[in-house]
Amino acid sequence: MKLLELTDVTIQFQRDEQTIIPVEGVSFDVKEGETVCLVGESGSGKSVTSLGVMRLVEFEGGTISAGDIKYQGESLLTKSKEEMREMRGKDIAMIFQEPMTALNPVVSIGDQIVEAISLHTELNKAEAKERAIKLLGSVGISEAKRRFGQYPHELSGGMRQRVVIAMALSCDPKLLIADEPTTALDVTIEAQILALLENLKKEMNMSIVFITHDMGVAAEIADRIIVMYAGKIVEDGDVYEMFDDPLHPYTLGLLGSIPDVNGDRSKPLLSIPGAIPAQSDMPRGCRFNPRCAFATQQCLEQEPPLLAVGNRKVACWNYEDVQKAKPTGEVI
Amino acid sequence: MKHSLSFSTIGEMTIMGQFLVKRFFQSLVLILIVSIITFFIMNLAPGGPSSMMRMDATAEERAAIAEQLGLNEPVIVRYKDWLLSALGGDLGTSLSSGQPVIERIMERFPYTFQLTAITLIISVVVGVILGVISAMNRNKWQDNLINFGSVVGLSVPSFWMAIMFILLFSVELQWLPSSGVGDSSLVDKAKSMAMPVIILATSTLPTIVRFTRSSMLEVINQNFIRTARSKGAREKTVVYFHALKNALIPVVSIIGVLIPRLLGGAVIVETVFGWPGMGRLIVEASQGRDYNLVMGVTVFVTVLVIVSNFIVDIIYSKLDPRVKAY
Repeated sequence: MKLLELTDVTIQFQRDEQTIIPVEGVSFDVKEGETVCLVGESGSGKSVTSLGVMRLVEFEGGTISAGDIKYQGESLLTKSKEEMREMRGKDIAMIFQEPMTALNPVVSIGDQIVEAISLHTELNKAEAKERAIKLLGSVGISEAKRRFGQYPHELSGGMRQRVVIAMALSCDPKLLIADEPTTALDVTIEAQILALLENLKKEMNMSIVFITHDMGVAAEIADRIIVMYAGKIVEDGDVYEMFDDPLHPYTLGLLGSIPDVNGDRSKPLLSIPGAIPAQSDMPRGCRFNPRCAFATQQCLEQEPPLLAVGNRKVACWNYEDVQKAKPTGEVI
Repeated sequence: MKHSLSFSTIGEMTIMGQFLVKRFFQSLVLILIVSIITFFIMNLAPGGPSSMMRMDATAEERAAIAEQLGLNEPVIVRYKDWLLSALGGDLGTSLSSGQPVIERIMERFPYTFQLTAITLIISVVVGVILGVISAMNRNKWQDNLINFGSVVGLSVPSFWMAIMFILLFSVELQWLPSSGVGDSSLVDKAKSMAMPVIILATSTLPTIVRFTRSSMLEVINQNFIRTARSKGAREKTVVYFHALKNALIPVVSIIGVLIPRLLGGAVIVETVFGWPGMGRLIVEASQGRDYNLVMGVTVFVTVLVIVSNFIVDIIYSKLDPRVKAY
């Protein structure tokens, strides 16, 4: 059963006279109970895509200019602002990259969670408070009663991210969008937060769209991975198949950039040369061609569509060549 | 449990006590410096108390009055005498009326307090509302209009604007009285106060509008605003609760700066509109070389500024949990 379905979604921003299109023609879906990772480097459009699903881009000067986003079969784009507001936090919730700044510094963490609960439930103040304290406990915050009245600056980064998670989960959303929730945290805390999300997901039977630039994190948590590059999806497939047998040269490059603990340490880590091109000088043909070792004449002229390969998808003319080149070392 | 609670309360009170003592001594030093500067500059001005400078007074009469008022002593000695008596709580008597200085100040203070307090309240309420409107409609006509108004308010001298107001509302339209405090009826009082308050507000309101605007613009782009929206908060809640509560913090701190500006502005406004407050009192006192009265008003205003800044600091620490006043 499809919970979320994006079809040819294009998002654009108007900056002065210039139109910027950070997301172009993106299609994917998320099934119930599934964890999908959106992976890509900075500027690939993964965060904007997620803000599009929440229709939060509208508050930041963006518009969803083409395509459709369906939630449980209903288009989100035809909903009124008020209907959409009611869905935020209740059906679809979101957690963000920066736990240090994601909470209001002058409102106690308890009040911030209570606010979320009161927005979407009929609970009275005392009941909402009780629920908030319970939630704080369930995300692993000790002395929840005392913490309830504390302000964000009194908590560590990991603690704050737990608070943000408690807040996001306060109304039992069916879909959780997590935008790099562990990027700003150190690795031990990262592992704890990932485990926490995994447990909560099972308990609450929700779906997660998890955004990360880290293939290692994606391997940890994803059922399926969607790789984005320069505003487009370049590969979409099951996590195991993708790690075993990447189809897109960009995926191959991303996998090559993960350090292997058991591998040969004298071998240098691979990196993909160059960076995502600016909107103004996007290359003709495939957007990845200036950085691609497999590029042919066709790649310079024609943009590859997202082709189905078995039950996976890839946007590359030469994916068969890529399949022959194995990623360095076993990752999973 | 009870034990530890009382312990921490006692600890808190000791910290607060230390803070109060520290602030008190800092304030004393400040008052001392202000009084020294005022005393010496005042004595650099030529002439003497009006009772001594009467046109028909003979040279002998002048010498006698100067002798009687102790004006023949060196300035430094006179300052020492003034300071010792002031420390004893006696600000002396007015050289022109013979009344105790503190009595003359207390006659006038309620009028200045009314004028400045109402102006401050209006400036803060209207200023914050306009600042939020301005920020939320950035670069649209509302913002441009409010910006234009702020620039006009800040750049046009208030004495000139006051005269233009009198010409328009008192002389031409005859809506408002050009001077005085009005009789006992509330409508009359409000009418008399309207122009002084508006003119006085032109020096404070634009500052609050601009601070609120820039502070709101900074806050509204922060991550926690996105978080608030993502949990489904109404846009009104996002702007007037989440954003404004943060944006007000710098606005509160600017109020501490605006209070001296208001008291200074009151000098001009009270003089133009014949408002019987301390502003006009100090003008009269300076013109009449009423040394004791000038010193008294100056010290009194300094204390007012210190106390109001202290209150601002306390409010500031209540608004921002990351800041402790003590």
